[in-house]
Amino acid sequence: MKLDAKIPDGPIEQKWSNHRFHLKLVNPANKRKYTIIVVGTGLAGASASASLAELGYNVLAFSYHESPRRAHSIAAQGGINAPKNYSNDGDSIRRLFYDTVKGGDYRSREANVYRLAEVSGSIIDQCVAQGVPFARDYAGYLDNRSFGGAQVARTFYARGQTGQQLLLGAYSALCRQMDMGKVRFFPRREMIDLVVVDGQARGIVARNMVNGILESYTADAVVLATGGYGNVFFLSTNAKASNATAVWRAHKKGALFANPCFTQIHPTCIPQSGQYQSKLTLMSESLRNDGRIWVPKKKGDTRRPEDIPENERDYYLERLYPSFGNLVPRDVASRRAKEMCDQGYGVGPTKLAVYLDFSDAIKRLGRQVIEERYGNLFDMYHEITAEDPYKTPMRIYPAVHYTMGGLWVDYNLMSTIPGLYVIGEANFSDHGANRLGASALMQGLADGYFILPYTIGDYLASHSFKPVKTDHAEFKKAEQETEKSIKKLMAIDGKKTVDEFHRELGAIMWDHVGMARNRRGLKKALEMIPALREEFWKNVRVTGSDLDLNVELEKAGRVADFLELGELLARDALHREESCGGHFREEHQTPEGEAKRNDAKFSYVAAWEYQGPKRTATLNKEPLKFEVVKPSQRSYK
Amino acid sequence: MNITLKIWRQRNRETEGRFETYEMKDVSPDMSFLEMLDVLNINLIKKGQDPVAFDHDCREGICGSCGMMINGRAHGPGRGAATCELRMRKFQDGDVVTVEPWRAAAFPVIKDLVVDRSAFDRIMQAGGYVSAKTGGVPDGNAILIPKPIADEAMDAASCIGCGACVAACPNSSAMLFVAAKVSQFALLPQGQPERKTRALRMVEQMDKEGFGNCSNNYACEAECPKKISVMHIARLNREFIKAKVF
Ligand SMILES: Cc1cc2nc3c(=O)[nH]c(=O)nc-3n(C[C@H](O)[C@H](O)[C@H](O)COP(=O)(O)OP(=O)(O)OC[C@H]3O[C@@H](n4cnc5c(N)ncnc54)[C@H](O)[C@@H]3O)c2cc1C
Ligand code: SF4
Ligand code: FES
Repeated sequence: MKLDAKIPDGPIEQKWSNHRFHLKLVNPANKRKYTIIVVGTGLAGASASASLAELGYNVLAFSYHESPRRAHSIAAQGGINAPKNYSNDGDSIRRLFYDTVKGGDYRSREANVYRLAEVSGSIIDQCVAQGVPFARDYAGYLDNRSFGGAQVARTFYARGQTGQQLLLGAYSALCRQMDMGKVRFFPRREMIDLVVVDGQARGIVARNMVNGILESYTADAVVLATGGYGNVFFLSTNAKASNATAVWRAHKKGALFANPCFTQIHPTCIPQSGQYQSKLTLMSESLRNDGRIWVPKKKGDTRRPEDIPENERDYYLERLYPSFGNLVPRDVASRRAKEMCDQGYGVGPTKLAVYLDFSDAIKRLGRQVIEERYGNLFDMYHEITAEDPYKTPMRIYPAVHYTMGGLWVDYNLMSTIPGLYVIGEANFSDHGANRLGASALMQGLADGYFILPYTIGDYLASHSFKPVKTDHAEFKKAEQETEKSIKKLMAIDGKKTVDEFHRELGAIMWDHVGMARNRRGLKKALEMIPALREEFWKNVRVTGSDLDLNVELEKAGRVADFLELGELLARDALHREESCGGHFREEHQTPEGEAKRNDAKFSYVAAWEYQGPKRTATLNKEPLKFEVVKPSQRSYK
Repeated sequence: MNITLKIWRQRNRETEGRFETYEMKDVSPDMSFLEMLDVLNINLIKKGQDPVAFDHDCREGICGSCGMMINGRAHGPGRGAATCELRMRKFQDGDVVTVEPWRAAAFPVIKDLVVDRSAFDRIMQAGGYVSAKTGGVPDGNAILIPKPIADEAMDAASCIGCGACVAACPNSSAMLFVAAKVSQFALLPQGQPERKTRALRMVEQMDKEGFGNCSNNYACEAECPKKISVMHIARLNREFIKAKVF
């Protein structure tokens, strides 16, 4: 397949405005004749649904949650970037663009990233107008903090609950449109299949999770805003229900999947404590503004951290990266923490942790300031570990957090299926091989408020749409296939629970496709995953009825998809014979242990095409051209 | 430690529910309450039984999905935490723990511990927003909001919409939830133009949904996982009266 990213011509600063000028418009009176399905109402989906409805389109919005406000976006803590330069520290669109391309280790599309940086300022304005209570100073001005991979303070925040406040803002805009009857919201509906008619995305099949009934919906275009696939690792910082079903089923219907191996491991999470552990809890990156990371200089030191004198501590990030210190990007911080623990310097009962220490900051700024900045995070840590981080350093360890990969989209955010758009974490577009902190919220909202509403109009205006009803053969076929696979899952009646399979898959992924990958491990994973998948379809047990609320059945469908996606992820990681950003191949590193890219061979987006259940996916390449930022070895020293 | 669970089981909205008793052995104090229910569910599935349905997602006290009455208290023992943040170290060996769904006419049971809280969404649709269309808004710093005001608005805005306030209230009133939203916008300059209609419409919708009246019992504040203050209810009352009278 020939991939056309549709990147507009012209200098980078003018691409988006030129493109917008050339996009076809739908006449205001005609907009109400179009219906758009938006699956997912997190930041990306809620902002898109509201903005599309404001323009006049009819929107049908779907979520497996009971309310848009429950989406995983709600959990984002630290903040959202925008190059407002309110801190007067030299920030600019160009600098955010540069930081993001470099942070992504030169595996993202320049034109997309520039546009993201360009529209991000408007996001802050929009959110303020909605009444989002961002942090302010006493004179009333917006406050900023710094995040990893940047040397300027450009992150806007609302305590440690930025995602919550931004989502509630987008949700309120959505509520307004629901109030006006322009958006119909379908709660507790899980999209199970995408329906393509005559080569165009024309609808979805969703399962009503309360009564198990399969429902079909038609539209003129479909938008997926269904979030990331980090839960393929079972243990991650993602919400428990986050899953890849929507994007995976779309992939099977023809949408290419890009860079699945670009997954992000976040350096500051609360370490695992037991076998029954159900998820990992993030401690926001913003903590690295004031917290200092260290391990004891002596291996296996069992003294309490307070008893270890200053000169016996190794502040290894400050030592290795004097200019960025504790604020190096996530991939670097994670890898170094793992390395310290692998070498025997880890702390805590499992020895799989390093310290994040606030005592200097508390001395410098006082407890009250720290409480204001991070109060809820400290409380959360206290609840979970029964330790008081105001008195003793936090113990942290890396955990799976975010997925840069996702469905391939062009500059217009359209996938390889005409009329299927993908926004937010579900697409692959802007973060390359590593995402910088506070940039996911920015991207989700940029897609939803300021990009998709323009680009989708061009598609609608330049295509004709035959009327399609839900009794169309393609809908019937999709419903029957879904029904068949649900019945099959219910009928297996094996010995293992869905969670047991999910945990096993997660262990394979973490051990062999995790923070450091190598050829041998990846090949092993490529044998183990299909074997586990086969066992799943013979030995899983789903109890209850498929015509009731059935959480096990929901999970089973999602895990079945993870068992396929996991394999593609490993395959992609094996094929990419280089290290870049979050994808670290042990065979490819510099003498200092940094990621070593191979630009000559791998400066491309790997977009995988589904070939059916028995055949391996095929690789398509979208070459990446760097015209503005010249790729170099990333240095944070 | 060993725990005896008495859990409300109800197949769906139409059928009647009842308590079932389950014995949990070797519960670790570091486990979260929901992880203990995960273990129970694995055991039930292994025995071919239907696991206990409960809503949850983030498991870190922010999405507002989880919520159950544990020994008669919304979100269980302790203050300022959602059910998912509750650890088993709050219990003792041999404890008998009763687990029920939120009980309120406006929150019908869907299954077991899962209730339908869509009434909250409908209240939000009745004006729980600032009408700012995408685009065409001023620069973020053109609207100045002094820190103390921004902080107070943030306190109100931190409501997670869990419904514990309703479940804790003897009258099943949703005043704290509604007050938190009305108060956030009443404090902020952005909320001024629609201030009156917002208060009137949200309260009207609340009544329509079948929530009870506030009789200043303050159980809501005591059980709110985000410690939202009843001060906001006082502000809502003022807003409502002002809107009615002027
Ligand atoms: C703990 C944590 C903290 C974070 N902190 C930050 C931060 O400080 N700054 C930052 O920039 N980023 C942060 N991130 C990342 C960021 O929160 C996410 O990338 C972003 O919110 C994703 O938004 P989204 O709208 O794409 O998807 P989501 O918010 O995940 O929403 C997905 C939506 O899709 C729906 N859905 C999914 N599948 C289906 C289906 N099959 N059928 C129906 N509906 C479906 C869901 O119900 C939901 O509504 C953090 C992430 C985590 C895990
Ligand atoms: S006010 Fe408190 S208890 Fe009520 S819904 Fe909000 S967070 Fe929950
Ligand atoms: S599961 Fe999200 S608040 Fe408890």
